[in-house]
Amino acid sequence: MLDKERARRIIARRVAAEFQDGDTVTLGIGLPTEVSNYIPAGVHVMTQGENGILGIGPVPDDMHADVRVTNAGGALVTINPGGCYFDSVTAFGMIRGGHINAVVLGALQVDEAGNLANWIVPGKRVPGMGGAMDLVVGAQRVIIAMEHTAKGEAKILKKCTLPLTATGEVDLIVTEKCVMNVCPGGGLILTELSPLVSLDELRAVTGADFTVSPRLKTMNAD
Amino acid sequence: MAQVVSKEFVGSLVPVGATVMVGGFLKCGTPQGLIEAVIQSGAHDLTLIANDTCFPDSGRGRLIVEKRVKRALVSHIGTNPETGRQMQAGELHVELIPQGTLAERIRAGGAGLGGVLTPTGVGTVVEKDRRVIEVDGRRFLLETPIRADVALIYGTRVDRFGNVAFTGTTRNFNPVMATAADLVIVEADCLTPEPLDPDEVVIPGLFVDYIVVKEDQNA
Repeated sequence: MLDKERARRIIARRVAAEFQDGDTVTLGIGLPTEVSNYIPAGVHVMTQGENGILGIGPVPDDMHADVRVTNAGGALVTINPGGCYFDSVTAFGMIRGGHINAVVLGALQVDEAGNLANWIVPGKRVPGMGGAMDLVVGAQRVIIAMEHTAKGEAKILKKCTLPLTATGEVDLIVTEKCVMNVCPGGGLILTELSPLVSLDELRAVTGADFTVSPRLKTMNAD
Repeated sequence: MAQVVSKEFVGSLVPVGATVMVGGFLKCGTPQGLIEAVIQSGAHDLTLIANDTCFPDSGRGRLIVEKRVKRALVSHIGTNPETGRQMQAGELHVELIPQGTLAERIRAGGAGLGGVLTPTGVGTVVEKDRRVIEVDGRRFLLETPIRADVALIYGTRVDRFGNVAFTGTTRNFNPVMATAADLVIVEADCLTPEPLDPDEVVIPGLFVDYIVVKEDQNA
């Protein structure tokens, strides 16, 4: 069993490898935000926040912190050279209009059809969708970064049981155990597997069918 | 031209049962002094239109904790447990709206449009009670305009003409809300003695009715 910190590192680093030089990306709150710590040298990525910032920079030290510069989670950040600020209408024009190359979000559930549920557990947790529904519909590529299971329960399912965030929009699922592609029109393909997990073990903690890529790779599990 | 008024005067502009837009994204760009003025005025049974209900001890969250809101149209309530509690108890009606859809509905309200067509929410619970309109083979939801009686917004630098400029990520919903209410009140971090550089203006002064200068410059 991996400790949580290592699992998150594996996921964040693997997602970061998806970015192309010159991409503009939006990162969700929590684990997706950690992806920015692992962007490979030589790959320059602009990070957008739906609260109205393009070019999110590192967390400031106390000397440089300004309460007027935050990310969408409300955390104080800085802005990189070439970055800019804008209002919510423009922020979501970027998002819905397909100007964001990739969005990285967490999930409660994701299914074989590329459906995503990540905004509500009826009767239990009702945070609201925030910008998630717009991001998932609008971004060119939707990458789900999540731990493979929650309290032992599978999160990759045949069909989501929780209310959906969007239908058929997920392109890639990255967990600490594997990487799966969602085919256009539905269907999962396992493309990478952790050396710490066998195929049978993966099937046991996955609630969906998947095919194994003939070019299956071993995932970096450091 | 916009009028500079006291915080106390603002309270008299928000009657019981009013529909109020409040700018800000969590704490950032929130007109905290105007919110406190509304609380002190005793206004209640308000309809709140905002990005989020912030935190229990700050921003729009204070209106929730003080039980001044009967209906909230917001995109996110996860940072304020009191909103969830009042909702579950049936004391507060919450309508959750995708953030981009909320922005566009307000824009439509301010720009004289009959609504907007968005792909956001298709195939989800948001589609319920919405008209679906197909354009070139793609399905969109018809989202209707939203307006308010009063908009409480924030500005970093405001001049006597009501022109508003911002620093950092404080813009968020403030500029669009300034267009979509019968009465617009801006809380200024700084009221500039000279007119703003026209190139710097984000909210044209014609949208702004009243200016309140923030009292505690360190808060």
